[in-house]
Amino acid sequence: MPIDWFPLWLSLRVAVIATVCAAAIGIPAAYWLANRDFRGKDFVDAAVTLPLVLPPTVVGFYLLVLLGRESAAGRLYEWVFGSPLVFTWQAAVVAAVLHSAPLLIKSTRAALESVDHAYERAARTLGAPEWKVFWRVTLPLARRPVLAAAALAFARSLGDFGVTIMVAGNIPGRTQTIAVAIYDAVEGGNGDAARWMVIVVSAVSLALLTLANRLTPRRLPG
Amino acid sequence: MITARLRKAYPPGPDSRSFTLDVQLQAAAGVTVLFGPSGSGKTLTLNCIAGFERPDEGRVLLDDAILFDGAARVFLPPQARHCGYVFQNYALFPHMTLRQNLEFGAAVHKSLERHKRVSEMLERFQLHDVGGRRPHELSGGQKQRGSIARALLARPRILLLDEPAQGLDAALRQELYTILRDLQRDFPMPVLLVTHDLDEALELGGQMHVFHDGHIVQSGQPQALLDSPATAAIARLLGIYNLISGEILALDPGRNTSRLRVGEWEISGVYYPGHMKGSRVTLCVIPSQVRVEPRDGAPRPGTMPMQLQHAVTGPVRVRLVFDDGFRAEVDRADWEAMSRARDFSVEIPPSALRLVKG
Repeated sequence: MPIDWFPLWLSLRVAVIATVCAAAIGIPAAYWLANRDFRGKDFVDAAVTLPLVLPPTVVGFYLLVLLGRESAAGRLYEWVFGSPLVFTWQAAVVAAVLHSAPLLIKSTRAALESVDHAYERAARTLGAPEWKVFWRVTLPLARRPVLAAAALAFARSLGDFGVTIMVAGNIPGRTQTIAVAIYDAVEGGNGDAARWMVIVVSAVSLALLTLANRLTPRRLPG
Repeated sequence: MITARLRKAYPPGPDSRSFTLDVQLQAAAGVTVLFGPSGSGKTLTLNCIAGFERPDEGRVLLDDAILFDGAARVFLPPQARHCGYVFQNYALFPHMTLRQNLEFGAAVHKSLERHKRVSEMLERFQLHDVGGRRPHELSGGQKQRGSIARALLARPRILLLDEPAQGLDAALRQELYTILRDLQRDFPMPVLLVTHDLDEALELGGQMHVFHDGHIVQSGQPQALLDSPATAAIARLLGIYNLISGEILALDPGRNTSRLRVGEWEISGVYYPGHMKGSRVTLCVIPSQVRVEPRDGAPRPGTMPMQLQHAVTGPVRVRLVFDDGFRAEVDRADWEAMSRARDFSVEIPPSALRLVKG
């Protein structure tokens, strides 16, 4: 039986979009956590980390409740786009974002905090507003570890199974990502397809992790 | 003119004891040195003035601007303070060229003017040839001049330098001192310089504040301060004296003389106002003023017998270390004649002696 590679392409597409979204949300969040002191910061940090440790099905369940057709957010989405969000590939993107953003936030925060504060302080004494300090000094200096964090987030998006199956389901040709397809193939006795997809996912992930390692320098300049 | 009154308390941590910064200082245009051992609050003081740290209470006034006022809850961010800061490692942005670094500092200028200002500043600090280089391609001296140039481009009203000569060789230190002295001509403003190097303080400071454990323990002109440390603790901080404990045997204001006992020996001094007969004192003995001569047999009256431990020969002066770490300094020419001796008579003339209580 020829192997259907649609799940791989879908997974890559979902992972790319999810990583971009996770970075757009996660980098500012990491900056905020790294630079601001406020009451309840420990709690916020714990809440951000929660999806890393909860069973993916639990995260998926929360998402279903939050984005389902009965929920406010779900109804708003349906009103704007004309069709429900759940059980579409866009829902798989949301699932992947939630699955990968905590890792991205945690690694990015560590990367931003590792930048020698003297550079940021120097920028401030030179009159640079905070956004400029971040864009021109902190982020460029943490560029490599932040890219590494994005690579890790991409790999994690690619590998999600639990959250995706809860909110996007398992619709072949529409929402079936590669992790779900492998499960399907094994269940359906299609060992050949499962093997190939396993090899491809492993190779892509290994390449990403190697890239992440190479991007993370032993020591930041300064 | 900067006026600062700062108080900031740190509770004891798992591996640090509690610390309280409580200082008050004022500095006009010119170099003011903040001197003291590490951990005495010098850099914290700079950081409170620059706005990196928020004091618990106090007030910081720069010219007519209030930078911080604890009571009125005013705390300007570093961006609004116009404090130029030269960091210990210079903190030139490693991902930008030197010119880009300076342009970052020149952002306050209109864009038409910016290029010209940066070029002028590169020229002034002899950096025009290396403007296109990244900081790691610059020499120590170039980095140092670059960071001062960058700070000046932002039109500061005060310059704060945190141990700027740390790790520089003697020639580069001299270069830095020249720059800082010349600076006053074109950019008259207060310059606060943190150091734990006494020579640096003597070289630069119009004024000097001695920090100890979060407090300013003495202020004044560096040379005057050296001549009369207020307490034994300050004398110890300055680190140049032999400190020995003694007792006042006699005081004669009429003849301006005194007799002091040091261990089992008696030496004479001048009259020390404010001290009383019989009181225990610490004698600060300036090594360069001590007289030594080789000794045969019993010491002359008024001198102390000492055994030489070792001698360090410098280019001009020879540093001698006797028993108990007592130090003396003699001219190299004088030393040649007595370098074979081990037993010496040590004379402490009144000019070598400062007295502090306790």
